Amino acid sequence: MPKLIKNGRVVADDWQIVTLTEGETAVSAVVPAGRVLVPLAVWQARREEFAGRADAGELGVWLGSSEGPEAVADDAARFAVIGIDFPKFTDGRGYSTATLLRTRYGYTGELRAIGDVLRDQFNYLTRCGFDALQPRAGRYSDEQLEAATASLADFTVPYQASATLPQPLFRRVARPTPPQVKS
Amino acid sequence: MYRYDDYDQQLLDERVVQFRDQMRRHLAGELSDDEFRPVRLQNGLYIQRHAPMFRISVPYGHLASRQLRKLAHLARTYDRGYAHFTTRTNVQFNWSPLEAIPDMLGELATVQMHANQTSGNDIRNITADAFAGVAADEVVDPRPWAEILRQWATYNPEFAYLPRKFKIALNGATEDRVVVRIYDIGLDLKRDADGNVGFRVLVGGGLGRTPILGEEIASFVPWQHLITYCESILRVYNRYGRRDNVWKARIKILVKALGAEEFARQVEEEWAHVKDGPNTLTEAEVQRVAAHFVDPDYETLPARNALYEAQLADSKPFAAWVRRNVRAHKVPGYASVTLSLKKTGVAPGDISAEQMDLVADWADRFSFGEARMTHEQNVVLADVKLSDLHTLWELAREAGLATPNIGLLTDIICCPGGDFCSLANAKSIPIAEAVQRRFDDLDYLYDIGDIDINISGCMNACGHHHVGNIGILGVDKNGEEWYQVTIGGEQGNATALGKVIGPSFARADMADVVEKLIATYIEYRHADERFVDTVHRLGIEPFKQRVYGGEVQTQRKVAHA
Repeated sequence: MPKLIKNGRVVADDWQIVTLTEGETAVSAVVPAGRVLVPLAVWQARREEFAGRADAGELGVWLGSSEGPEAVADDAARFAVIGIDFPKFTDGRGYSTATLLRTRYGYTGELRAIGDVLRDQFNYLTRCGFDALQPRAGRYSDEQLEAATASLADFTVPYQASATLPQPLFRRVARPTPPQVKS
Repeated sequence: MYRYDDYDQQLLDERVVQFRDQMRRHLAGELSDDEFRPVRLQNGLYIQRHAPMFRISVPYGHLASRQLRKLAHLARTYDRGYAHFTTRTNVQFNWSPLEAIPDMLGELATVQMHANQTSGNDIRNITADAFAGVAADEVVDPRPWAEILRQWATYNPEFAYLPRKFKIALNGATEDRVVVRIYDIGLDLKRDADGNVGFRVLVGGGLGRTPILGEEIASFVPWQHLITYCESILRVYNRYGRRDNVWKARIKILVKALGAEEFARQVEEEWAHVKDGPNTLTEAEVQRVAAHFVDPDYETLPARNALYEAQLADSKPFAAWVRRNVRAHKVPGYASVTLSLKKTGVAPGDISAEQMDLVADWADRFSFGEARMTHEQNVVLADVKLSDLHTLWELAREAGLATPNIGLLTDIICCPGGDFCSLANAKSIPIAEAVQRRFDDLDYLYDIGDIDINISGCMNACGHHHVGNIGILGVDKNGEEWYQVTIGGEQGNATALGKVIGPSFARADMADVVEKLIATYIEYRHADERFVDTVHRLGIEPFKQRVYGGEVQTQRKVAHA
């Protein structure tokens, strides 16, 4: 069973990510039984067909990097998992999507980064609200994935407000005022 | 200047640990070149023409003497004994060994310095007026606001992978000395009728391949909303900026495509959600940061100093230096000194380890332990007593840092160009040197008066050639180096982009070309008219005729059509 990092720990994962293959459409795509993350387009085209599975906690959606959080805002509460795809780790749109799902649309379920997910971005991804990180299959060995959890704690006292620390540093702590002299 | 508390220091120390491990994994083959690239750039590390180039951040240009000494130490220990000061108040080393970068970052962290986000597609070093806090025309001191933005931008998780680089500059004086219109966000600090601080916000400026001047999207954002408003701009950009084409990914292209009005509307819509949220600034936080930038303990001095005036009368060279390199100060009895890094024969902006140590000594002795970098690539000692000027001048002269040319033709802004930079299409340093050698007569330089020559070795425009009164751009045509010339560009309140005068020139002819442009100006100028004003009055035609009428080798358009 593939592994991912969930809430800071490496765990086995039984969710399957459905992608549209060449020639498939949202309407014709085969969606297997079991726990699945379907593309947004599939959910939009077949909402009635899948609503029951979603409400049973067995079906979620994943957003492409150009698909904004508004598209799932109304349905967010019924998904156990929302995935956000990083086609390339340098595509930073997913950071804003995650931030908005958490801070504006009140999504509290699992928020999973999928695609080109690398340990060097783990700290930033989690601070934007991702609680599940799923690197591409084969990118890390089990050992490397275990070691990679260290990157989650790269920065422990960030300056800014973000999804997981809603107050900026200047509101979280009383920082000392320096004595009024120039060096 | 701003001094770190435990929180600032902890974050910086954690960064060093993070990067050391990234470098280790890269060298061990666990982090591929492509995967390593963005993280090394976010730590100031480029892979360059000869060796790695390491770019260190100097937020709003402020350097404590101990920081300067640390830079000197790094130059001696890890590099070739000198550093390069850039137009964005960063410091560059050109020969640092790759494996040494984590150690260099570690050493920098001991003096509260770093290379955070000096490159990469993130929020870059924040720049502000080199004369902040001492300029007589200052309306609002930009430094606390620059520091507040620095903290917000540092390791900001949402905006670490933007479509492209993102640069912010602040101006708080009536004279714009930071060129706010060429930044992704330019902030003009203002006061409303009741004296409350706020920001005029300009967005979408930038040079490079598509030079565009920033446009106003808000006339007055109250200070409480500085972060939330910037956050809104960045979020709109991060979500909707183009990512399909690196040349169209800057925010200026988005602003242009939408129109400033529509862009402003989208920012306002986003802002409506976050305005008054947790990122709203508090009086306490602003005061805490501002307390780092209080005036030093100035002595109470008379506005005039008899000894100094006698020294001025006695020495023509001293008087010449004072005239060009010394500025009036808001406090009686003090002045601001610009040390020139534009001595002929030295690459503009280059400074040796010995010179950095000396400047640190002078900062301690004459200027409350602080030096500043300017976007013209010079160094400022902001708080020097009139009675110390002559001594400082003698010391600076001995060290080669007293060239009396600030604002003159030989005070050239120049990127490292093809001598160092792997992006460059052409060399830029030899052009600067050829022009400096051609104009070696100080009286003639003074007669020509205020003029900016800006040279870039490629389209990225690190030398800000578009806003030079004379702008020179190195271009590559079929493997050969050529130079395109613009005139009429301007920095400051009347910031303008220059116009190309025609086909480009061979390197050997560049000093001739500049000489002809200047000769044309001398011939046509009105009394007290600056070069750029003559260009604006007459247009480029007379200049063009003089340059192309003579014998210079140009690359005709047909040859590379």
